Amino acid sequence: MPHDIHNDTPAELSADEAALLREMPALSDVGHARRTFMMQTGGSGIGLFAANLLATESALAQLAPVSGAASAPVVAQNVVTINFRVNGAPHALDIDSRVVLLDALRERLALTGSKKGCDQGQCGACTVLVDGQRVLSCLTLAATLDGREVTTIEGLAKGDQLHPMQAAFIKHDGFQCGYCTSGQICSAVGMLGEAQRGQVSHVTENVGKTPTRLSDDEIKERMSGNICRCGAYPGIVAAIQDVHSGHQSAQTWGFATEAQLAMTTDEKKEDGHATV
Amino acid sequence: MRPFEYVRATDAASATAAMSAMPQAKYLAGGSNLLDLMKEDVERPTRLVDITRLPLRDITRSRAGLSIGALATNTETANHPLVRENYPLLTQAIVAGASGQLRNMATNGGNLLQRTRCNYFYDTSMPCNKREAGSGCGAREGLNKIGAILGWSEACVATYPGDMATALYALDVRVRVRAPDGHERLIAITDFHRLPGDTPQRDNNLEHGDLIVAIELPVSAGDFARHSHYLKVRDRASYAFAMVSVAAALDMDGSRIRQARVVLGSVAHKPWRSAEAEAVLVGQRADEGTFKRAAEAALRDARPLAHNTHKVELGRRSVVRALMRASRLA
Repeated sequence: MPHDIHNDTPAELSADEAALLREMPALSDVGHARRTFMMQTGGSGIGLFAANLLATESALAQLAPVSGAASAPVVAQNVVTINFRVNGAPHALDIDSRVVLLDALRERLALTGSKKGCDQGQCGACTVLVDGQRVLSCLTLAATLDGREVTTIEGLAKGDQLHPMQAAFIKHDGFQCGYCTSGQICSAVGMLGEAQRGQVSHVTENVGKTPTRLSDDEIKERMSGNICRCGAYPGIVAAIQDVHSGHQSAQTWGFATEAQLAMTTDEKKEDGHATV
Repeated sequence: MRPFEYVRATDAASATAAMSAMPQAKYLAGGSNLLDLMKEDVERPTRLVDITRLPLRDITRSRAGLSIGALATNTETANHPLVRENYPLLTQAIVAGASGQLRNMATNGGNLLQRTRCNYFYDTSMPCNKREAGSGCGAREGLNKIGAILGWSEACVATYPGDMATALYALDVRVRVRAPDGHERLIAITDFHRLPGDTPQRDNNLEHGDLIVAIELPVSAGDFARHSHYLKVRDRASYAFAMVSVAAALDMDGSRIRQARVVLGSVAHKPWRSAEAEAVLVGQRADEGTFKRAAEAALRDARPLAHNTHKVELGRRSVVRALMRASRLA
């Protein structure tokens, strides 16, 4: 038999708990009660937190729902026009001055390979190359990039031919979930360029001398701006070491051809199940 | 992020003019600290003046020493052959900070202006006199492990977190600044940042619209090239701010110390150059005993907060270790 919580209080509850339970609203009324609760806590320690939540909630409530859109359209402010190249292709964008490169790539150019991890410069998932230098696209305003050349993970392979670093990451299992991988690979490509130009690091014994060969410790230090929560670090270091030492990793896969893709579609038609 | 107007400056005059016209305007260089703080709603500029196209990126030898452009990146500066050869302490300090990506973005001028990492400064729901003058200091009686142990005030216990500037204090550099009226002046690095006092909202002595043009490294600082070391102690081996750092530089005459520089980082509102420690070292034989006395002198006035008493002993040991490494005894 279902309990009516307003009237039938389980015996093991304390008096306080029972009182709380009695005051609990029906599910449909929760939003209102939450606001009331927050108002009542205004004078207590969590008042400010509650007020912030409340402000967010009211702001969201005021947005008129747009059918078919995930969120209300945003009017761009302080629009800046930029002309820049992304993976070799010229692009002209009119963007809100607040837009960072990461969002311009993902939301305007549909280049979703660069990932948003922390969005505040702590994880490295958004690493791309600007004029050949690895930088964080989450902390780079797109407005500043007029005339610049951006390379993302999508721009490293030449057609079906993977960049050596991509092939090496596959060979050495340099990832598990893959979320940090595009940032890791872009960072690694930029980092090896830095090493080639003779740059030193925190673990370089004598900064007056140019390290000729990167030890694993050098690679780890130079890649410390890229966090991998899965802990694929041993594979990442091995992959970078492979490319650094000039070992070519054989590409073990290729993109499906049109004919192969057509075959999988036919199979689906025959048995009614997707084969992917 | 709040809306702001974006202005791309073409020369120094247009940059300072665009700043002067608006009290809430800010210069944008590498943006690695500013953009983060804008996303956190800590910094709320109404206009960003993009100075990245100004010709302030050169690193050139001058009669006085070496002039490093305000817009040269941390990476370019640390790896410049003349810096590595004559001021290796600066190279060591720069590469001890941040990550490869951030050092490629961060500029020398911006690095001097980086703001504290105090949790209460970042948390806009908390009081912070630095973020909002008069609102109080959340860290004074709050979680203050990363707070100051020297030179703090009741109004603010925040620390300056940077590595590069800590080395620059040891090298006696001067900061070349251009005022909006076009006049240029040189500020000794030790007079650049401020202690919090009653006005912790002011990190440094620049006026609104002042533009850092270059950092001037004196020839004399080259005397320390052979015996210097930057030691950074942190929660993890890389990519973390210092709990304590020490820039140690010695000018040696055989085993005797002719000149000494000892600067502690992340212990105060500005890099903390210890004249007391330097006085102990000058004229003495370089050995562990001398270094321990210098470390004692450097931390004598330390006043730790509730959660950072450990930084006092950590500071002493770090001074000793940095000096041991600088003198090549360890």
